[in-house]
Amino acid sequence: MSGTYLGLPAFPQAARLSTRDEQLRANLRHATHTIRAKRATAIAELSDWPELRAAGTAIKDHTLHHLDHYLEQLETAVTAAGGTVHWAIDADDANRIVTDLIHATGETEVVKVKSMATQEIGLNEALAEAGINAYETDLAELIVQLGNDRPSHILVPAIHKNRTEIRDIFHTHMAAWGRPAPDDLTDEPRDLAEAARLHLREKFLRAKVAVSGANFMIAETGTMVVLESEGNGRMCLTLPETLISVVGIEKTIPTWRDLEVFLQTLPRSSTAERMNPYTTTWTGTTHGDGPRTFHLVLLDNGRTDTLADTTGRQTLRCIRCSACLNVCPVYERAGGHAYGSPYPGPIGAILTPQLRGTTTALDASLPYASTLCGACYDVCPVAIDIPEVLVHLRERIAQGGPTTRHGTKATIKPAKGHATERAAMRAAAWTLDHPAAWTATQRLATRTRALHPRRVPGRTASAWTATRDLPTVPARTFRDWWQHREPDPKDSQQ
Amino acid sequence: MTANTSRDEVLRRVRQALGDRPGSTPDPGTIPRTYLTTHADRTPEQSADLLADNLADYRAHVHRTHAAGLPATIAHLLADHGTRNAVVPPGVPADWLSATAGVEIHHDHGELTARTLDTVDTVITGCALAIAETGTIVLDTSPDQGRRILTLVPDHHICVVNTPDQVVDSLPQALPRLTPAHPLTWISGPSATSDIELDRVEGVHGPRTLDVILVGPPSGPR
Repeated sequence: MSGTYLGLPAFPQAARLSTRDEQLRANLRHATHTIRAKRATAIAELSDWPELRAAGTAIKDHTLHHLDHYLEQLETAVTAAGGTVHWAIDADDANRIVTDLIHATGETEVVKVKSMATQEIGLNEALAEAGINAYETDLAELIVQLGNDRPSHILVPAIHKNRTEIRDIFHTHMAAWGRPAPDDLTDEPRDLAEAARLHLREKFLRAKVAVSGANFMIAETGTMVVLESEGNGRMCLTLPETLISVVGIEKTIPTWRDLEVFLQTLPRSSTAERMNPYTTTWTGTTHGDGPRTFHLVLLDNGRTDTLADTTGRQTLRCIRCSACLNVCPVYERAGGHAYGSPYPGPIGAILTPQLRGTTTALDASLPYASTLCGACYDVCPVAIDIPEVLVHLRERIAQGGPTTRHGTKATIKPAKGHATERAAMRAAAWTLDHPAAWTATQRLATRTRALHPRRVPGRTASAWTATRDLPTVPARTFRDWWQHREPDPKDSQQ
Repeated sequence: MTANTSRDEVLRRVRQALGDRPGSTPDPGTIPRTYLTTHADRTPEQSADLLADNLADYRAHVHRTHAAGLPATIAHLLADHGTRNAVVPPGVPADWLSATAGVEIHHDHGELTARTLDTVDTVITGCALAIAETGTIVLDTSPDQGRRILTLVPDHHICVVNTPDQVVDSLPQALPRLTPAHPLTWISGPSATSDIELDRVEGVHGPRTLDVILVGPPSGPR
């Protein structure tokens, strides 16, 4: 099965390939533009959107600033309601806990609700190594799993596939995993959804163990909340005997009442609906209804390192709505796979390098996968200033500085490959401190403008201009134009 | 790491990470809640109308009746759907089913399995409340709604909402009336997916048809 992100190329190399894929760009353009327009309509219905956004931001910040308190409160409440709480430092820790819990049931297959956290830790691969088949039940995740592919969008993981490609995947691969696709399967979405319904229903009806994530965990009551559309979530959350939920520690919110904010902002920001078709909430276990055993695995995996960064910690407000992906000009052209992580787009460009660190070329390249246009900040329902964090991370990568890795404070060295930018910044600083030199440089530049190349020579400099067009130098400098301009008749009248 | 060390280590890392913010007792009261508790002033009739519009907008079928007309409405919907057998939770009033001649009715007392329910055409339930502004019905497993599985596996769900008692305008009005200790299912339209080219398709795993019956007061106009 797919899913390993190790050893993937840095963003510029991956994007150079994916931006040439006409089919991918057409699929993405259609999808992102559709959802963008719908989202604007759904949000226009709420006159108090700015106030809801401010409240959501404040709730998340408040929780993060007292996270130790709320995690302990959550643990107490879940335990009192009949659940069992486990804590996982990292991916290996979490995967081992889940594997052991499934082994203890004697089962070798589980059904899964779509979960970013389990994608992040590579749970399916870890379970496969332990001899456990994990079946994804969200339609898009099923498409990705059957196609031995990787998800490319937080909300719509198979956004890069069109209906014909999906039909072909069902035709070729469904039989190996269970009930085959019908021979006369068309590429109508209705027929494709029906094929998925029949294929998955036999799995739901025999499943004894399910694995899920959660959108929110309420510290006060120990309640878990899952939002979904298809009903596969409800199947997994209510039919099996054992339910294991793997949830990032930042999904905690203090009180039941706080849901009134996020149940208004999350569906509108993600699927552009007033409300998603199904939301399930559960608190521990309930006699005679739903799973008899409930395990909650609280996942750190780099979140506390992110919390330690006073600029970067706002990233942990994210409620995974994916609105930032749908407005991002870079995501729209490069596609989600280029980000080399389950978290693509603008949020991925700041979340991934904070969760994983910036030691690989891929992770160090992600904060540069942006035009800094700010559209992502404008749509974010919890007001994460993504451009601010991008610039902060770029500075950290280019210049080095203090950071926290695996719970230990450290100072990272400047990354290799950024020598040209550092040299250019130093040269710019000197020139701006010496006005005469600046004027002379500008004059020289305008007089030689016809001779300027489109690309800067040299290995590192050409790497920079290979992905950017150099601006055309104007015929005159501004200072020259200002000194020799025609007097404005209006000025002389005064 | 062993269980205890992982717990201690996560909490240690959290506290170290928050070293720039001296520990204090959390006060959620400081969160600004200047957002609206409802987005318009409505009469009970207007709230019911908005609920009906928003349910229909998300492809639920909405029917209006009063208490005396309810059994006939249910019987009519079962016939329209071609229902041969239906399941009801134990607390559904007997008179709801008084006109359902020819339909085999299963009363669930917690024993029906998923496989049995997979052979049932229709489920008939009440609800805990309904939210007009979002077009949502909420089930809380009370006796007239039953176990969560009942409204999930059969392909057709008929849900009865009493107006105006069970209708609230907004989410901020809904949450105080619900008990988080009960498992809750919030339903806004039938099961749907938009995973294929973002084209919305109704019906993947949950009920593909959702009929909502809004029951008005006995003297009501409908």
